[in-house]
Amino acid sequence: MSDSKNISLEDRFQEKIDNNIQIEPKDWMPEGYRKTLIRQISQHAHSEIVGMLPEGNWISRAPSLRRKMGLLAKVQDEAGHGLYLYGAAETLGADRASLIDDLHSGKAKYSSIFNYPTLTWADIGAIGWLVDGAAIMNQVPLCSCSYGPYARAMVRVCKEESFHQRQGFEIMMALCNGSPEQKELAQDALNRWWWPSLMMFGPNDSESKHSAQSMKWKIKRFSNDELRQRFVDMSVPQAKILGITIPDADLKWNEETKQHDYGKIDWEEFWNVVKGNGPCNKQRLKTRNKAHDQGKWVREAATAYAEKRRQRNANRAKTA
Amino acid sequence: MNKSLLNYTLRIADNNLILGHRLSEWCGHGPILEQDIALTNIALDLVGQARNYFQLAAEIKGGGATEDDFAYLRDVYDFQNVLLTEQPNGHFGETITRQFFFDVFNYYFTQALTKSTNSQLAAIAEKSLKEITYHLRFSSEWMIRLGDGTEESHAKMQQAVDDLWMFTGEAFQADALDLEMVENGVGVKLEEIKPYFDQKVTDILDQATLSLPEGNWMQKGGKQGKHSEHLGFILAELQFLQRAYPGAKW
Repeated sequence: MSDSKNISLEDRFQEKIDNNIQIEPKDWMPEGYRKTLIRQISQHAHSEIVGMLPEGNWISRAPSLRRKMGLLAKVQDEAGHGLYLYGAAETLGADRASLIDDLHSGKAKYSSIFNYPTLTWADIGAIGWLVDGAAIMNQVPLCSCSYGPYARAMVRVCKEESFHQRQGFEIMMALCNGSPEQKELAQDALNRWWWPSLMMFGPNDSESKHSAQSMKWKIKRFSNDELRQRFVDMSVPQAKILGITIPDADLKWNEETKQHDYGKIDWEEFWNVVKGNGPCNKQRLKTRNKAHDQGKWVREAATAYAEKRRQRNANRAKTA
Repeated sequence: MNKSLLNYTLRIADNNLILGHRLSEWCGHGPILEQDIALTNIALDLVGQARNYFQLAAEIKGGGATEDDFAYLRDVYDFQNVLLTEQPNGHFGETITRQFFFDVFNYYFTQALTKSTNSQLAAIAEKSLKEITYHLRFSSEWMIRLGDGTEESHAKMQQAVDDLWMFTGEAFQADALDLEMVENGVGVKLEEIKPYFDQKVTDILDQATLSLPEGNWMQKGGKQGKHSEHLGFILAELQFLQRAYPGAKW
């Protein structure tokens, strides 16, 4: 293909994006766009799968049958999100098995928030309230992103995520309206999950390396700092309703900007967790790898059986 | 309060709760994402069914009893689930084999329970049967797939069948409570569903190229509260928060 033709294809592609016409799998797209999407969608899928672990940790200890079912269903939803996100990545020519291999080898990234441990039942509430809350902030704009299959998957994901967030807030509410010990559990969970939740929006805009191009392609619609600010402004009144304190001495309403000022994020911690030094990075990957390795014989048997059945059917058709 | 009816209802609920709890331990650790979701589905169904039976039990007991009292505040000897349901998950094939044996029993048991003279038990059974029909299809298909898959999977499945078979007899051994409940038309005649169980197990194992072990000694005791060492650890996790924060609302 000549350069001039490439340029015109690229122009036409950008024109579609500018006119908010969604790109579909069979449409021409620049390699960079395809690669960026595969990276982002698969990272998102991996986050759903690894995200099952910290919460799954409490399924066997959930405090009532109702909570047990709520949590089981929630973690199962995450597996479902993983499935349709891997599906969306496959529409771009990626292969689910090799994406998963990249996760297991440590080559692919997933959201760092899941490298923090869940220590008490209140963590299940705090994750639902804050982590799912931050995820929704990030993900609602993706429902109108330029790539059709991703946008459509996100519509479904967001519906379920907002249910999860309500469920998480309700768990926090029950704790905060409970005994003093229960309220202490809630406060402790907020103390531990607040800052990692703010980090979920990624580095400051000035440090974010993929942002400008992704904005132009409408894969990303708001900047990291914009979304983080919205999250802070949303969470402050919610913490007030719960009657627990956000662990930030610098957090205050700014009358001029009409938003909350907040303290400095510990970016050193953030980058260390990204690099693999978080409290649970090794544990999470080990657990994922163990499940995958121990399932190998099952996957092989399923493939072998399907092949046997195919051959038997073919033989039957021959003799018939 | 009708104590026999309460115990009979709890007996059914306990099977569902304990096996549902065991299956829920798989969530996030399945061999394939689709199977992770499927096992969690069955776990959700079983815990859901347990809740229906526990709610009925709470009604029978009266005095403000709740479903959670039964699940979270009884000790090992109060639980009446069959030993099969509390066996550890082991590998995926062991989980499938445990599930298959239970599903076959549960299918014919629940089908018979829809004819119970107790309309509430019959209604829960009716509602559960659709789910159990799916469970049985799922576990049967996996028995066949893994039994007739590779050499390795065949060996693993035969081992699982050999190890778990001795836990299947108990479900069909009628004790005084079973007999009393049959007499008043509430309970299931276990000797009547046993031939169906045997037929189905033989049929699926044949297709799976697996065979039942020699010898027919069966373990028993679960229905009378005499459990394996495993149940204590299940309860230690299951009941931790209710025990650590007595009376708290969650």
